Amino acid sequence: MARINRDQLVQLAKSEIDEITTRDLKDWLSEEDVKVIDIRERDEFVQGHLPNAVFIPRGYLELQIEQSQPDRSKPVVLYCAGGVRSALAARNLKEMGYEHVYSLIGGFNSWKNAGYNFKIPTVLTEEQRIRYSRHTMLSEMGEAGQIKLLESKVLLIGAGGLGSPAALYLAAAGVGTIGIVDFDTVDASNLQRQVLHGMKDVGRPKVESAADRLRDLNPDVKVIPHREPINSENAMEIIKNYDIVLNGSDNFPTRYLVNDACQFLSKPLVDASIFMFEGQVTVYMPENNAYGYEAGPCYRCLYPDPPPPGEVPSCAEAGVLGVLPGIVGSIQAVEAIKLIIGKGEPLIGRLLMIDTLDMSFRTLNIQKDPDCPVCGTHPTVTKLIDYEQFCGLPSTRDHSHESNRDLITA
Amino acid sequence: MATVLVPTPLRRLTGGQSKLTVAGNNVGSLLRAVDAEYPGIADKVFDGDGNVKRFINVFLNDDEIRTLQGLNTPVGENDRVSIVPAMAGGQE
Repeated sequence: MARINRDQLVQLAKSEIDEITTRDLKDWLSEEDVKVIDIRERDEFVQGHLPNAVFIPRGYLELQIEQSQPDRSKPVVLYCAGGVRSALAARNLKEMGYEHVYSLIGGFNSWKNAGYNFKIPTVLTEEQRIRYSRHTMLSEMGEAGQIKLLESKVLLIGAGGLGSPAALYLAAAGVGTIGIVDFDTVDASNLQRQVLHGMKDVGRPKVESAADRLRDLNPDVKVIPHREPINSENAMEIIKNYDIVLNGSDNFPTRYLVNDACQFLSKPLVDASIFMFEGQVTVYMPENNAYGYEAGPCYRCLYPDPPPPGEVPSCAEAGVLGVLPGIVGSIQAVEAIKLIIGKGEPLIGRLLMIDTLDMSFRTLNIQKDPDCPVCGTHPTVTKLIDYEQFCGLPSTRDHSHESNRDLITA
Repeated sequence: MATVLVPTPLRRLTGGQSKLTVAGNNVGSLLRAVDAEYPGIADKVFDGDGNVKRFINVFLNDDEIRTLQGLNTPVGENDRVSIVPAMAGGQE
């Protein structure tokens, strides 16, 4: 084999491939969605890159190019810092059968010096790259998805059966801000299913116990405890600071309240409820939501009126299999993560029914009700109401804080 | 014969059974047939006017019967009728 030095190798590569100037690339990008790949090392990429460039360091280029550009007839532009490494890399892609590979003349330096736009990416720290590596290797998640999780804010209504697994998995997944509304304290009978809390927490406020556990699990997570009963006075104020709400409450007034507030604030609501061995999960997606989904039905479309008090027994009366909220709350966490990273098919307009006795999972189709008093074409409920009264319970508005607590979080 | 799927809160009326095999031409008659065998079901599902209560949804297979022909929705062999009531549990 002929011996050639580095300059000769670069010359050889450049003679075999096509190069493109920064100016031509800029014009091209304004007309077409061309696949641009940054093949530099990570420490170079994080200091700035071409807008929409995909980061594949040169060492992985041949191994990962097919995931990024499976169609070999489509153009691919490679760039490095000065145009040498990308020329060598382009030669290899040509060898793999890529028909239109270009190397950017002068690389990123030339692009930047020309005064063209570039982006400084938000990136994971070294510790985060290790912590979330099993996430980032999923192509649906990637580093970009993980960053979305870290920047997201999720509110949990209740730190009990459903809230426990949901909070643990969302914190482990790196959801950056987790708010928890709960006014209750930990009781020994909670520990059969509320895995956020332990023996040492009995008697402590659930939000405090939850915050300790979540901070220990993942220091990236900012936990915001709301140790108050959620009601018509504070619901809008609390919910407006979050992107997504997970409902794990245990009573009908709170369910209608949270539904209405989420509709008014255009916040997606991942709703779930459990009873004995059975669970229901769905996503209520309001109009004008930040995720670009078409609106689906809301809680009131599904259940326009609440059952009269006493008609539907509660878990406190009928019992609940401790593992059940573990399954259902985890599914809520999955749905929240899917919404945040914008992947998959959320449970919008679909009600997932889980029966752990025969272990059946069924999804039923649910429709938006045009006559819905909140999200219908002619809404009659346009602000929060008295939900205890709506549910046929004594109104707590004129009562003391104590009685309010009993109703909301008992 | 169609199958009626009974939700947990109503299973105390059906002797704990979650699936019932019942004959009926439409959803309404099917649910009435269930009530004939297990008295009390109709009281739980229907309001005073004979409509499905507003905190309960009835599905034929995967679709809510209001989007079909309501209680008059025809039921065929091997169809599945599900009664889905509102449930509130989660926090406690």
